[in-house]
Amino acid sequence: MTAGRKTAALTIEGLRVAIGGHDVLRGVDLTLEAGRVHGLAGESGSGKTMTGLAVLGLLPHGSRTSGRIEFAGRNLLETPVRELDEVRGAKIAMVFQDPATSLHPMLTVERQLTEHMRHHLGVGRKEARERAAGLLAKVRIPGPEEALKRYPHQFSGGMRQRIAVAVALACEPEVLIADEPTTALDVTVQAGILRLLRGLCDDLGLAVLLVTHDLGVMSAVADEVSVMKDGLVVETGPRGRVLREPRHPYTRSLLDALPVPPEEKSP
Amino acid sequence: MSRTSVPSNAGADGGGTAPPSRGRTASAGRGAGRGRRPRPLVRFLIRRIVTALLLAVGITLVTFVLTNLVPGDPVAANLGQRALGDPAIVAQWRADHGLDRPLPQQYLMHLEGLLHGDLGTSQQSHRPVLDDLAGAVPATLELAGAAILVSLVLGVGFGVVAALRRDRLSDHVLRVLSLVGISVPTFWLALVAFYVFFFRLQITPGSGRIDPGMTPPPQVTGLYTVDALLSGQWDVFSSAVGHLAAPALVLALYTIGLLTRFTRSAVLEVLGQDYVRAARAKGLPGRVVLFRYVLRPALVPIVTVAGLAFGSLLSGTVLVEAVFAWPGVGQYAYRSATTLDLPAVMGVGLVVGVVYLVINLVVDVLYGVIDPRVRVS
Repeated sequence: MTAGRKTAALTIEGLRVAIGGHDVLRGVDLTLEAGRVHGLAGESGSGKTMTGLAVLGLLPHGSRTSGRIEFAGRNLLETPVRELDEVRGAKIAMVFQDPATSLHPMLTVERQLTEHMRHHLGVGRKEARERAAGLLAKVRIPGPEEALKRYPHQFSGGMRQRIAVAVALACEPEVLIADEPTTALDVTVQAGILRLLRGLCDDLGLAVLLVTHDLGVMSAVADEVSVMKDGLVVETGPRGRVLREPRHPYTRSLLDALPVPPEEKSP
Repeated sequence: MSRTSVPSNAGADGGGTAPPSRGRTASAGRGAGRGRRPRPLVRFLIRRIVTALLLAVGITLVTFVLTNLVPGDPVAANLGQRALGDPAIVAQWRADHGLDRPLPQQYLMHLEGLLHGDLGTSQQSHRPVLDDLAGAVPATLELAGAAILVSLVLGVGFGVVAALRRDRLSDHVLRVLSLVGISVPTFWLALVAFYVFFFRLQITPGSGRIDPGMTPPPQVTGLYTVDALLSGQWDVFSSAVGHLAAPALVLALYTIGLLTRFTRSAVLEVLGQDYVRAARAKGLPGRVVLFRYVLRPALVPIVTVAGLAFGSLLSGTVLVEAVFAWPGVGQYAYRSATTLDLPAVMGVGLVVGVVYLVINLVVDVLYGVIDPRVRVS
């Protein structure tokens, strides 16, 4: 199905994370490919979010890690923070669950869109501003020029998440980690955000890790699906196969828990 | 201090962007994109200042009423035993000081005087209260200002360090020290500090604002340190700083402790916020994350506490000034109150009230500067 398109953007091998002596991840393997959306499913506490945070070195204090997270020829787990900062936001970006809390309430949209752009790419204020307006247009914020001057609280939830996506895309990253990007949003705006992510993935060749507990969301946009349980990936495969013919009993139980079986759309 | 988000703007999806474009077409000829209405921060400032002025009038009324409610007869406090026996002298004295008129009329006279900068004449010093205060206020401003500066720098600094090094040795040490700072009574500390550092160790100079025999610098601001710098008198400057150090530190200690504790908890709360993690995910340098993402939001509760603490710091000046013989408002207030020098007491009340107003105004304005959501609502 995906044969011949193996351009791994990011590889996670045997990732283990322990927080306070408690094993959170017990050997996670995942491969993200450019231009593909990789869905990561599983119930709360299964370690989906921790996997995403581990990639950017954002695990809580006192976490112990082992394994490999390979990106551009180096193991991110062993990269010192200073060098990791050159990757974070620039090469690997993240969109968080709740845009009401993940955007700084006291900084203008412009500041939040341009600060890392200027830091990573070294562009001037004016150019950063133009790029920022372009980004807002790309994520379909009406009146981008005006929107730059405003603060996050002056936007609706869906708009804020679009802005957060624009922030993540500002430095043209190769990998985007989206941690439950639609969970905090109305059902009506969820589809818009998902379509946006899918479109960006196709247009920009982004490798997307879409963390979600919602198999409906998964079936709508993911190319590959991995299912996690108790800190382990129990099943990985192309979306159609995993959702139609689950091999692991846990995947089956997740699917059975859906109110309506997800209908299959052709990719 | 948790702030749930302000009701999200329904117009943001399109309607919210309409007014600016409308404004642009209307004022296209003048090329003004911003429109005629003052910007939110300016409007916010005007509102606060008007409120402060109204409150200032309120303060004059309160100081007047309270001063007149005090049991005690200023005549008895000011005239000698023999004069008191002579009804004619007593009546004359009361008439001279306007005490024979009805209270509302006395208040109006008081207000009218205030408008002309006349705070009445002190019954003790026989000088205009305004002149007395003009000498005392800069002394106290210098003392309290130095204490405020020190407590802001040290209190906030210690608090940030404690939060960033949470549960490590430095955190524990700072927490114990801040508790000590809060618990030790100012007057006791003032006495001990004076005894230890002046009498025993002789590191600090004695009482007063400047070494005896030294002439104060030519008055510009009334703050000896600043005036000495302005006139380039280094010896006077170092003497003034030396005299200022001990009382200012003693006065600041409580506020330092308080601010350390509040800053620590405020910073810890912000450190747990999503947007701080998001800032790290953006690969921003540590100092940018600290100052822009952590300290700025943390400043909101810190400013609140600082405003309150500076108010109480003012009352601390009475004791500290007494111990260090600092010729400021605190000493003047004490002397006037004990002699029932009503014009002087009212003058002090007015000054202290206005200082409180200014502190609150500054705090309010800072809220607006720090947090854009305050300006809008």
